[in-house]
Amino acid sequence: MTATSLTGRTAKQRGRWIGWAFVGPFMIVFALVLVAPVFYAIYLSLFREQLVGGNAFVGLDNYVRALGDAKFWESFLRVAVFLVVQVPIMLCIALFAALALDSARLHGSRFLRISVFLPYAVPAVVATLMWGFIYGERFGLVGNLNSLPGVDLPIPLSSEFVLAAIGNIVTWEFVGYNMLIFFAALRVIPTELYEAAELDGAGQYRVVWSIKLPAIRGALVIAAIFSVIGSFQLFNEPNILKTLAPNAITTFFTPNMYAYNLSFAGQQFNYSAAVAIIMGVATMIVAYIVQLGGSRKEAAR
Amino acid sequence: MNSTPRRRILGAVAGLALAGLALAGCSAPSGGTGGGTGSADDLDAALEEGGELTYWSWTPSAEAQVAAFEEAYPNVDVELVNAGTNTEEYTKLQNAIKAGSGAPDVVQIEYYALPQFALSDSLVDLSQYGFGELEDQYSPGTWGSVTVGDAIYGLPQDSGPMALFYNKTVFDEFGLEVPTTWDEYVAAAEQLHTADPTKYITNDTGDAGFATSMIWQAGGKPFQVEGTEVTIDLADEGVQKWTGVWNQLVENDLVASVPGWTDEWFRALGDGTIATLVTGAWMPGVLQASVPEASGDWAVAPIPTYDGEPATAENGGGGQSVTSQSENPALAAAFLRWLNSDPASIEIFLESGGFPATTDDLSDPEFVGVESEYFGGQKINEVLTQASEEVVEGWQYLPFQTYANSIFGDTVGQAYADKRDLAEGLAEWQEQLVAYGNEQGFTVAE
Repeated sequence: MTATSLTGRTAKQRGRWIGWAFVGPFMIVFALVLVAPVFYAIYLSLFREQLVGGNAFVGLDNYVRALGDAKFWESFLRVAVFLVVQVPIMLCIALFAALALDSARLHGSRFLRISVFLPYAVPAVVATLMWGFIYGERFGLVGNLNSLPGVDLPIPLSSEFVLAAIGNIVTWEFVGYNMLIFFAALRVIPTELYEAAELDGAGQYRVVWSIKLPAIRGALVIAAIFSVIGSFQLFNEPNILKTLAPNAITTFFTPNMYAYNLSFAGQQFNYSAAVAIIMGVATMIVAYIVQLGGSRKEAAR
Repeated sequence: MNSTPRRRILGAVAGLALAGLALAGCSAPSGGTGGGTGSADDLDAALEEGGELTYWSWTPSAEAQVAAFEEAYPNVDVELVNAGTNTEEYTKLQNAIKAGSGAPDVVQIEYYALPQFALSDSLVDLSQYGFGELEDQYSPGTWGSVTVGDAIYGLPQDSGPMALFYNKTVFDEFGLEVPTTWDEYVAAAEQLHTADPTKYITNDTGDAGFATSMIWQAGGKPFQVEGTEVTIDLADEGVQKWTGVWNQLVENDLVASVPGWTDEWFRALGDGTIATLVTGAWMPGVLQASVPEASGDWAVAPIPTYDGEPATAENGGGGQSVTSQSENPALAAAFLRWLNSDPASIEIFLESGGFPATTDDLSDPEFVGVESEYFGGQKINEVLTQASEEVVEGWQYLPFQTYANSIFGDTVGQAYADKRDLAEGLAEWQEQLVAYGNEQGFTVAE
């Protein structure tokens, strides 16, 4: 008995080391490209380096300053509004498209699937430039439409509408991606459930409501979390549109743009690191709340 | 990527021409406490001895110049790197300086950004190599832009004295006189826009480079720098003169809200939507390259003035400097001296469409008298070289001008967007600049 238990333990120990060997390469990369930079950013955020006068340890000053910085809060609020409005719209469209595909009642569903997904394959930079041309007030599509009699569209690149214009670009880019996540989740629902529903006399809407949606709740939560993170990290689209709308998009339009401009235009690397860390933490909290909300409902069922 | 648009032909063309060279190895010497002491004799000795240099530039003429230099001095090997156009390059340079290694030996820096690098001891003071003797070779405006006190932090390569570029076809069609004063300019703006509401005298959505040059022309001196002591007054007499004129255009919707250097802008320059541009002498090259359809439409006149007395300002333009990280500053300085004063090098520069900073070329009858086909045969360099002699003296940029320009849209740009008094936007700009300057360790007075 003793012998077996001994060999058992060594086998178990060896097993543990083999496990580490397998995840080792990942852990090394993980430590190098994720953990180390985050710690370096935290380290940076505790100092203040000036163009004149050098570097000094300032403790949590940068964080205190960021939390009282009107520009930071303005940008934070802007992406929060973006999140609350754009994410539900985008996910609803994606869900509708996925359900439509899954209903098997469409002609040319393969074509639809590809064409809805295609924008995701277009790099964000190209997509933004393309939409920038469409939004053009003089020579763009909007300009052309406005020159028709009786048409008076709002100018997408004005201060009032630029956030909506960006929301439109992001929705265009990511509807297909989210649709695919939902569609994949819908495909794995066991067909017996549908047969049972048919026997019970449930209509299509009832099937959607009582079978399909509950079954893909996990996918919905995942997609929501990705979208939340994406919203907080909004950068490419506004940063590229800034050339076309230099006054409507400020250097602190989104928190990421603010952090970027602080460090690369203003050489305020330390303060920029603090802003980035705060945004990272805020994103984690909001993503966690979304996940908690999703799984609590699941537990309640 | 960043806010500052490419504002020179050099930038506009080089981005395409040399894109392939970008990132082609940034193996500059490490560490280095270069920039010690030396003399003019060292330069010739260094050229004789030879060595390796790295040169960052985005100018279209750089490649040919380096090739010509290497042919003349076979012992010297120059590695040319296109590290990006203006702010992109400055960001990399700033990072290399911060890291203590990775900076090139010789680097292209525009005049507005030079004080920032000069201040932080990132550049070698070239007066030790007798560069002071070269002063007479350059127009006073450009020479002033590369010197801080007695120190010489670079040699000018090109210049951009401002002039009035106007679409003659549009002017003739609407019976407009070429304005010689700003009051006439405003009157022409009204006349044109009233006659055809789709046409504008010019475009302006708020551009820091343009605004500072206009203030410069009006005699304003909003930035005064003495070491780390900075005075900012964006409401001085010159500023008020400029806003007094420009407010009339902005508030009454007489300028097109087309941002510069965009596709819309080039098209508006081509079809007569934008009837004039007040900009630097490098503009003809840009027009020829990017607005070919308007060939024959455009003409050049001296910039309008406030009181009839000729006065203009520099807009854009820049030169090259030697970095303190250079391990062979004497050789780097020798290359720089050749690059921006040797006739062979300047000839290549002129062929690429550049507007020189060297007085010999600015007064060369062959250069002055050339008839531009694009400008309907006009001898445009007569106007432009004249302008280079009328640049108002005493202008200074901030030692953190790149940052200042980056937040111009956040502040003055908002006044443009709302079509209200630009003075309010300038006050906001000043407030943020003062706060930033103090934070960065300068002593800023208002």
